[in-house]
Amino acid sequence: MITSNNFTSAIKIRLQGGRRSRQQKQPLPPQYGYGQGPQFFDDTTNIYPNLQFQGQPPGPGWNNQTFGQPSFPGQQILGDPMAAMAMQYGQTLAGQGKVIVNEKLEKFVSVSKLKYYFAVDTAYVAKKLGLIFFPFTHSDWSVHYNQEEPVAPRYDINAPDLYIPSMAFVTYILTAGYLLGTQNKFSPEQLGIHASSALAWLTIELAIILLALYVLNIGNSLKVLDLTAFCSYKYVCMIAAVLASLIFSSLGYFAVLCYCSLSLDFFLLRTLRVSLLSQSTSDHYGGGSRRSLYLLLVLCVVQPFIMYWLTRHLVLDVGVQSNVME
Amino acid sequence: MTFTLYSLFEAALLCVNAVAVLHEERFLSKVGWGRDDQTTRGFGEDPGVKSQLINLIHSIRTVMRIPLIFLNIVTILFKLILG
Repeated sequence: MITSNNFTSAIKIRLQGGRRSRQQKQPLPPQYGYGQGPQFFDDTTNIYPNLQFQGQPPGPGWNNQTFGQPSFPGQQILGDPMAAMAMQYGQTLAGQGKVIVNEKLEKFVSVSKLKYYFAVDTAYVAKKLGLIFFPFTHSDWSVHYNQEEPVAPRYDINAPDLYIPSMAFVTYILTAGYLLGTQNKFSPEQLGIHASSALAWLTIELAIILLALYVLNIGNSLKVLDLTAFCSYKYVCMIAAVLASLIFSSLGYFAVLCYCSLSLDFFLLRTLRVSLLSQSTSDHYGGGSRRSLYLLLVLCVVQPFIMYWLTRHLVLDVGVQSNVME
Repeated sequence: MTFTLYSLFEAALLCVNAVAVLHEERFLSKVGWGRDDQTTRGFGEDPGVKSQLINLIHSIRTVMRIPLIFLNIVTILFKLILG
């Protein structure tokens, strides 16, 4: 299959030439970019090297194309080289189509920005969880930047991520289900209701904060996803409080809730003060930073109440338990 | 605590409808929230809370005028059919 190899490698070189030249000017850790501009984190979605790559680092989305090694089972039957070459060309076209679809999707959902928030590793997650529960000894809260772009969470513990919030959200739904089970109130619809309710409260909180940021004219550099991450760190504390209620019932619940509110407030204050104050002192002096500080304080005060409101019906004997009708 | 995403959608729709019925000439100017009275401000300065709110109301009214028609029709049909 020499002709097919030459054909496919010719296509590969032509299509990847542009991408390779774009990747050559990055200084820092090896760039496994997705093809949409410089990215300062290792995109570990495609880590399995493909033997056909002739020494290039494993990475960009062509890994799914097995050039010269068709993965479908009918290859032995199609001994005809022309048919096999047509198959490989079809696979190339499919790959191109995938890239185009991804680019179109990028305009709506912005997948590469999302990938930044999920570029974490175990050490980061462990340290961050420890930081949420005990932030009092941490000294340096500034986020490290790398040429105007924040460094990936893997390299900087102060950077926000979306991995912990999403995992915490799912874990919270599951622990809520477990708690409902211990009270014999469980049914599968309850899981959906809890998930929907928690998401709705999160959305309301985000909407109010974004509205306040717009009206008070502060927080121009705080992105929506960053805010989502910060607002969702309380799910971790809610899980802890709810689990404590399993062992120690109401007393444990309130004790853990109080301590977690304290530590979460401290954590949020320190983290957001750095990011809000750093960009407010450049434009408006005095008034702007005071307003952002007030907003931050209101946010911190509100967090314990939301945590209490979302978990009280799981722990305490609240009389209002709406039925699962409709 | 049946607070679902759908009730959030309904609440948001009601709020946006409420903002959309605030007529600029007949109402907002009479209470001093019109857009023409806000011109006596510095340029590069911090726009105040009130002018930001007025701008927000004006943008919501401009942008959501047409989509609100469709959203309201859809919600009305939804409530008619599914109660």
